Amino acid sequence: MCTLAHVFEAAGLSTVTISAIRSVAERMRPPRVLHCEFPLGRPVGKPNDPEFQHDVLSRAFSLLEQETGPVLEDHPEEIIGGEDSLSCSVPPRFDPELAPAVDEARGLRKAYDRALARRGVSEVGMAVDPDGVPGALDVLQRIVDGTPWKSAGIPGGHTTAVANDIRAYYEEAALELAGAPNAGGGQAESWFFEQTEAGKLLLSVRKALQAQGAPQPVWFYMAPMYRS
Amino acid sequence: MAEELQGDAFIRKQIAQLPVPEFAETAWTTPPPLADARVAVVTSAALHPRDGEAFTVNDASYRALDHEERQLVMGHWSPNFDRSAFGIDYNVVYPLARLDELVEQGVIGSVASKHYSFAGNQPDDVATIRHDSGPACAAALKADGVDVVFLTPV
Repeated sequence: MCTLAHVFEAAGLSTVTISAIRSVAERMRPPRVLHCEFPLGRPVGKPNDPEFQHDVLSRAFSLLEQETGPVLEDHPEEIIGGEDSLSCSVPPRFDPELAPAVDEARGLRKAYDRALARRGVSEVGMAVDPDGVPGALDVLQRIVDGTPWKSAGIPGGHTTAVANDIRAYYEEAALELAGAPNAGGGQAESWFFEQTEAGKLLLSVRKALQAQGAPQPVWFYMAPMYRS
Repeated sequence: MAEELQGDAFIRKQIAQLPVPEFAETAWTTPPPLADARVAVVTSAALHPRDGEAFTVNDASYRALDHEERQLVMGHWSPNFDRSAFGIDYNVVYPLARLDELVEQGVIGSVASKHYSFAGNQPDDVATIRHDSGPACAAALKADGVDVVFLTPV
């Protein structure tokens, strides 16, 4: 964003940049920056809070009144993402013949469908559609069980895309089940990686891929870098 | 023993240690009064319509987004930030409803007909954005009569 601010300003546009990492903005010195210490992924702060969002915009646009720059100001409110898990139960085991994560994903399908119907669009679709999520989990389980990753049939051939789809499917279903329209940043992620079979499987697959000698880009981006 | 960082604190520390492009000078364009200005949003959230062209890994190109199109997905490849808020309320990344309200209130002059998304996961030198796709996007914004760009990162 700081690079684009420089490029746009040089082209004759005036820019205001929201900063998520203050030291980057300090080093790159774009023309006008409002640093916001908000959860990453939420540059305008709080979902479903128009008043707060207008406050962010007002403070950002006020920087346009400055006659010289660069200028860097801070939004006065720091928002700490709730790292506690969502309060959302996972489906009970239904078909013991299936791998736990596959069974679990099937059990979340109705909630996922309700979320999709409400929003009208889903983040699932980088590598698989919703119908493909249980099968993708089955492939990942087989890698953990010893199938070589190159011959496992990873959907779309890309582990990161598959992981993103699985996590999106779960998080969208969970927010629907939990009825948590203002959930803090990190809550859905914590629920997924700490409480679900699928989240635990992604972390296990990452280790299995490493053990099989897969290149770092194949496994590294399947989960946040601080999760192991 | 120092407390081990988790979540956003960990990611912020990691990203802060990465090299960044250096600019010898900060360009400066004085805007018109905000009440007369045409405003666009440009985000690094890799937004695109579900049936639109997705972003590839290290994709340095951009997508034009119609102002009226609100059913967008976040095609960013990184797992290191929260996506749930965008699904709850797109304005937390892409505040077009708020900009529409500011037009109605007369705070800003108008909102652009198109906004633009890039993908934030870029090579460290961001050469393509700096010399190719960034200037091309600027030209498209200027062709739409945009005065002010509001930039939102994820």
